[in-house]
Amino acid sequence: MSARRIFSRPARFGAIAPYVWMVLFFLVPFAFVAKISLSQTAIAQPPYTPVFSLAGGLSALSDALAGLSLDNFRLLLSDDLYLASYLRSVVVAATSTAILLLIGYPIAYGMARLPKRWQGVAMMLVIVPFWTSFLIRIYAWVNILQHDGLLNQILLALHLVSAPVVWLSTDSAMYVGIVYSYLPFMILPLFATLTKLEPALEEAAADLGASPRETFWLVTFPLSLPGVGAGSLLCFIPIVGEFVIPDLLAGSRSLMIGQTLWLEFFTNKDWPVASSIAVVLLAVLLIPLLLYDRLQRRQLEEGR
Amino acid sequence: MADDIATSEPAAEPAPPSSPVPRPDPQPPILRIENVVKTFGSFRAVDGVSLDIRAGEFFALLGPSGCGKTTLLRMLAGFETPDEGRILLSGEDIAPVLPHQRPVNMMFQNYALFPHLNVRDNIAFGLKRAGMPRGEIASRVAEMVALVRLEGLEKRKPDQLSGGQKQRVALARSLARRPKVLLLDEPMAALDKKLRESTQFELMELQRKLGMTFIIVTHDQEEAMTVASRIGVMKAGQLEQVAVPRRLYEEPASRWVAEFVGDINLFEGEVTAREALRLRVATSTAGELVVAQPVAPVAETKVAVAIRPEKIRLALRGPAADAAAAAALNRVEGVITDASYLGGKTVYKIRLDGGAVLHAAQANTARLDADGYGVNQRVVAWFTPDDCVVLER
Repeated sequence: MSARRIFSRPARFGAIAPYVWMVLFFLVPFAFVAKISLSQTAIAQPPYTPVFSLAGGLSALSDALAGLSLDNFRLLLSDDLYLASYLRSVVVAATSTAILLLIGYPIAYGMARLPKRWQGVAMMLVIVPFWTSFLIRIYAWVNILQHDGLLNQILLALHLVSAPVVWLSTDSAMYVGIVYSYLPFMILPLFATLTKLEPALEEAAADLGASPRETFWLVTFPLSLPGVGAGSLLCFIPIVGEFVIPDLLAGSRSLMIGQTLWLEFFTNKDWPVASSIAVVLLAVLLIPLLLYDRLQRRQLEEGR
Repeated sequence: MADDIATSEPAAEPAPPSSPVPRPDPQPPILRIENVVKTFGSFRAVDGVSLDIRAGEFFALLGPSGCGKTTLLRMLAGFETPDEGRILLSGEDIAPVLPHQRPVNMMFQNYALFPHLNVRDNIAFGLKRAGMPRGEIASRVAEMVALVRLEGLEKRKPDQLSGGQKQRVALARSLARRPKVLLLDEPMAALDKKLRESTQFELMELQRKLGMTFIIVTHDQEEAMTVASRIGVMKAGQLEQVAVPRRLYEEPASRWVAEFVGDINLFEGEVTAREALRLRVATSTAGELVVAQPVAPVAETKVAVAIRPEKIRLALRGPAADAAAAAALNRVEGVITDASYLGGKTVYKIRLDGGAVLHAAQANTARLDADGYGVNQRVVAWFTPDDCVVLER
């Protein structure tokens, strides 16, 4: 039997389906965005030039190609606004991911140590917030954190503060919102890694004289690093591009890149600049992905 | 894989008569287990076990799965705490001592090697925790690597080792701290039969060389008999019998032990006469049997007569056989229903005229099948009163 015949036709289609998906729903749209990022803004429909049109024939197409330029990317570099936005996004995402790890790890660790029949319940409790719309949950935080909101009422009632504290439109409020929203994405991969850990490994460490603290840092934590990496990426990447949470909870003094992009697109109607922001954002996000990939590959090679 | 020890010795017959009778030991035992009870919910996993283990012993806890042997071992390691009773190590109660502070080490059933550490770091793990100086760690690791013959594999990760190599790393790691007592939880369960046999001999060799106290948990009676100098048989959380391998096999304390350790024929019956040296037992399925009076007087009237298959002799009916068999006090007749050729021996199943099925093993001492019997052949089986055991429990 030849190797070619091992897979039946439907199975072979199954193998290429992800690539078809990627081409249709990622590469093609990205090509559009990339093209727009090289165009110029125009008061027209669509609001940029040049427009590729097959009607004009080859000469029109080459004219259009000549009209493309890197001007928008030069603008991104020249105006501090964009650089500051990118920087703020990365800082906010990194800080949030660190907080998420600090909160999510103990929760996942505790869940993995629950008796099997309680683990399902704990998992449900982690997932249950998803049953309410994300937007509504963020609005609920607006309610809690606003001037006469629940938090201030409680603090006043307990006489912990004498006057309402400003929570809303601060970075603290934004971090609360982000950590609250992304916690399940940190907990679930960590939980998956930690439950797979053989309990005998921790017993073996204790048997060999490791205190509980040493056992954690020398055995449990190193073996949970794949979960730490997966959870961190799963949180870091979407947080960099986050729009809704900073828009509703943070102040307007400094913007995250998602907000800047939104402004360029909807307020300034400058599609080309908005597109170039998106292209650079993608490039920024590729860095952690590539790092993670290299780390995993090195681990695999070490294991060889 | 070097298994020179195994090839130089035949691994066939168990029960090496290394120390036939336990010598009276003036020293206190290194490990004393006193009335230990452990319950999980309403299940009494260990139900009042008392046991003394002397320094330098190779002790085996033998029993079917779920008998509590692993729970007992885990209490010695400190992973479970006894609900009742005491465990004394060198005379000191170790109940309050946490696992990581106990001078015992355990070799885990599936080895529990740290997958992110290489062979050397796995072995050095316990030494580093003990705060041993670097240079000493290096030399101790080298010594351990040589002891279990893993030279050249120090930098491998557990994933890159074979089952037998992993087993050696686990052994080296648990021995590195030179524990007072080494606990081994089914250490050979994951090895194939040939490797298991050679490893058993290596383990014995190692234990003799180091003079350490080993306690092994196993469900394999042949393994227990091969490696251990003394065996404790556990059933439903209790110690059924503690004895050297030979006594366990030849003088089982109960019907249950007799049937658990090796193959045996049991005939239920009633004592009809007590003579000076003999007992007569009327069995329902094999007629009247004569057995030697055991050292301890038999109190019960309802007893079982037990005889091991290899102690039964067979002959075809005929004048010669009749003459030999007539001299024997126990003589039964029946028809062979099944013959299993096992290489070294052949096991016959014989339906006796009394209704019982008798297992008789005949050693295949000659290459040519001269004294084999066939199915449906009628044979005479006989055995001496001394080879029978009377079981009251």
